[in-house]
Amino acid sequence: MAGEKTAKGEVWTLAEVREGKLHSVSYELLAWGRTLADGLGVPLASVVLSGSESPPPESLFERGADRVYLTAAPELKNGLSDACAGVLSDMAEEYKPQILIASATTWGRSTMSILYAKRGCGLTADCTGLSIKDGALLQTRPAIGGNVMADIMTPDRRPQMCTVRPKSKGPLPPDSSRKGEVVRYSPRKSALASALTYLGFAPEARVGLPIQDAEVVVSGGKGMKGAKNFALLDELARLLGGSVGASRSAVDLGWAPHSSQVGLSGKSVTPRLYIACGISGAVQHLAGMSGADSVIAINTDPEAPIFGVADFGVVGSVLEILPRLIEDMKKGESR
Amino acid sequence: MGKVERIAVLIKQVPATENVRIDPETGVMIREGLAVEVNPLDLHAIEEAVRFKEKFPDARVTAVTMGPPAAAKAVRYAVAMGCDEGVVVTDRAFAGSDTLATSRVLAEALRKLGSEGGKGFDLILAGERATDGETGQVGPSVGTLLGVPVLTYVSKLEVRDGGFEAERAVEGGHERVSAPMPALAVVIKEINVPRLCTLSGKLRGRKAEVRTLSFADLGLPRESVGLAGSPTKVVKVGYPQVTRKGRKVSAFEDFGGALGALEKFLRAGDFVPAGRSQGVNG
Ligand SMILES: Cc1cc2nc3c(=O)[nH]c(=O)nc-3n(C[C@H](O)[C@H](O)[C@H](O)COP(=O)(O)OP(=O)(O)OC[C@H]3O[C@@H](n4cnc5c(N)ncnc54)[C@H](O)[C@@H]3O)c2cc1C
Ligand SMILES: Cc1cc2nc3c(=O)[nH]c(=O)nc-3n(C[C@H](O)[C@H](O)[C@H](O)COP(=O)(O)OP(=O)(O)OC[C@H]3O[C@@H](n4cnc5c(N)ncnc54)[C@H](O)[C@@H]3O)c2cc1C
Repeated sequence: MAGEKTAKGEVWTLAEVREGKLHSVSYELLAWGRTLADGLGVPLASVVLSGSESPPPESLFERGADRVYLTAAPELKNGLSDACAGVLSDMAEEYKPQILIASATTWGRSTMSILYAKRGCGLTADCTGLSIKDGALLQTRPAIGGNVMADIMTPDRRPQMCTVRPKSKGPLPPDSSRKGEVVRYSPRKSALASALTYLGFAPEARVGLPIQDAEVVVSGGKGMKGAKNFALLDELARLLGGSVGASRSAVDLGWAPHSSQVGLSGKSVTPRLYIACGISGAVQHLAGMSGADSVIAINTDPEAPIFGVADFGVVGSVLEILPRLIEDMKKGESR
Repeated sequence: MGKVERIAVLIKQVPATENVRIDPETGVMIREGLAVEVNPLDLHAIEEAVRFKEKFPDARVTAVTMGPPAAAKAVRYAVAMGCDEGVVVTDRAFAGSDTLATSRVLAEALRKLGSEGGKGFDLILAGERATDGETGQVGPSVGTLLGVPVLTYVSKLEVRDGGFEAERAVEGGHERVSAPMPALAVVIKEINVPRLCTLSGKLRGRKAEVRTLSFADLGLPRESVGLAGSPTKVVKVGYPQVTRKGRKVSAFEDFGGALGALEKFLRAGDFVPAGRSQGVNG
């Protein structure tokens, strides 16, 4: 039942629609997809699954797509993963893409994990590097808490499928002269059936974006000394346009919610800047943040392992440095 | 109908140490001689199962793992936490399985164990991801292969109107969904705090008879499991160096200087949003 190899199949990226709008990970995927499609000499297409009204596809062309498959049905409105996987399975059967990549978000992972099992294909998780080797997809991913980087290939099954870690590549700059073809796909009713019933969504009250999406993550550990000092992190995050993360110790102490835990048993984050405040830098913590572009560490212990992964380190107390930094930032930059 | 009578928990034994080694030839983890433990995130799945058992006293919880014979230790731990029985699915034929091949083995084992009880499992619980392979793919694909509804990222799970109602932690908030019974739920850390084993629990775990299922017991095609049955191939493994050689300043020696250097670093990296400079007194 799994697809045979077809040399000329397209490269597909799975666009992500949240609340009726295209999420920026959709464009990151196109940046990866563009290199792959050019390497193979085949078209790059993006698949959009949405409720009865599809978001306008132009931005996908501007960011690198040659073709956009629009599949709109009321059943797809809430993105229930089994229905999405059912439709994608039919589409893959019909159009035979050779590669299908999705973002390693909760929706992307869930949908792809159902789809690959349905089709008997391979699925590589959470890739941070993709390239073409001998006409096939070479997938690179960290595993075992970031201790190894594995190169993975899927020699026999098509499409070659993987999820890609958000923020592992920036989107291509928009090119408004790029145009493409829209293909409207009508899904079968039976493929749209979900075993689940959507009941609702409760947004989380918090500072800034979820940490996986944030450009700047300000994280606190046991060295913050108490829940009330996390207000300093909230303030700094607000000033930097970022979000607040935490070590497991801080979460276990009830100073920060589970959803903000960074590390092996929490979230992996890949911001432009990660600020570790009063965090020692245990391997399990590093596993979740070593993908940051830039790291600042503030710690009273000059030997703390966090300094080993920091681009800039301040040996000192967060309780003295953060209030001053915040104060300076509030008044200072216009100078 | 509507009562949870049989629960399966999928657990994986993982290396407890940091110095995990990979065979550079085959890309398969070398498991010999390593300290092992139950995958930390699976403790939440075990805890949830035991809590269901407390709510539905007739429920029977089976912990299932695929791994080397020594993985019996993992299911004994699950029994010590309160599961009723443990099963190790083990065979040389399963070595080198990727997540699809692993899922085929686990799904078949669950089908077999389910049919033996007359009535299949009402609920299958899995952890979010294993700390070694870290794909998070096994739970959803086991459910898909069994043809049951799959609930992922579950932070709260309840029985309601003969089915399940779940809260799922997704980007930016929590989603609520319901699913009919039977279903598979992949639970996350947020769902509960795993209990510690009591002394009598530990004793029960140690004494428990752990059942073994082999390749022959499952009747799967040879080419669907192990390396041969795995569509993905690890072709190379590297060991990245994550150390950065950064600058370090001491606020103990020179507070003002250290603060100034930190602010300069932030400005140089363009981390201070442009709009900010218009700030309070701009
Ligand atoms: C299986 C497993 C999974 C794990 N998963 C995770 C995970 O996902 N995420 C995670 O974070 N951890 C995880 N851990 C825990 C991890 O090993 C560490 O225990 C944890 O990261 C330590 O948190 P911390 O750095 O906040 O606390 P500590 O290690 O106690 O460090 C506190 C630091 O604060 C410094 N400090 C004290 N006072 C001040 C001050 N006034 N100003 C500045 N610095 C100060 C100290 O010098 C010290 O370095 C896991 C562990 C295991 C075994
Ligand atoms: C470096 C490296 C990279 C790899 N990358 C991939 C990849 O990208 N794609 C791929 O298909 N395979 C990959 N594998 C193979 C994969 O790790 C194994 O198939 C592994 O047995 C299961 O995957 P996992 O550890 O990711 O488990 P996860 O899917 O992360 O585990 C999730 C949950 O499923 C259950 N579970 C998982 N394994 C078992 C088990 N053996 N017994 C009982 N319950 C279990 C547990 O509840 C667990 O919490 C990789 C292996 C290595 C060494």
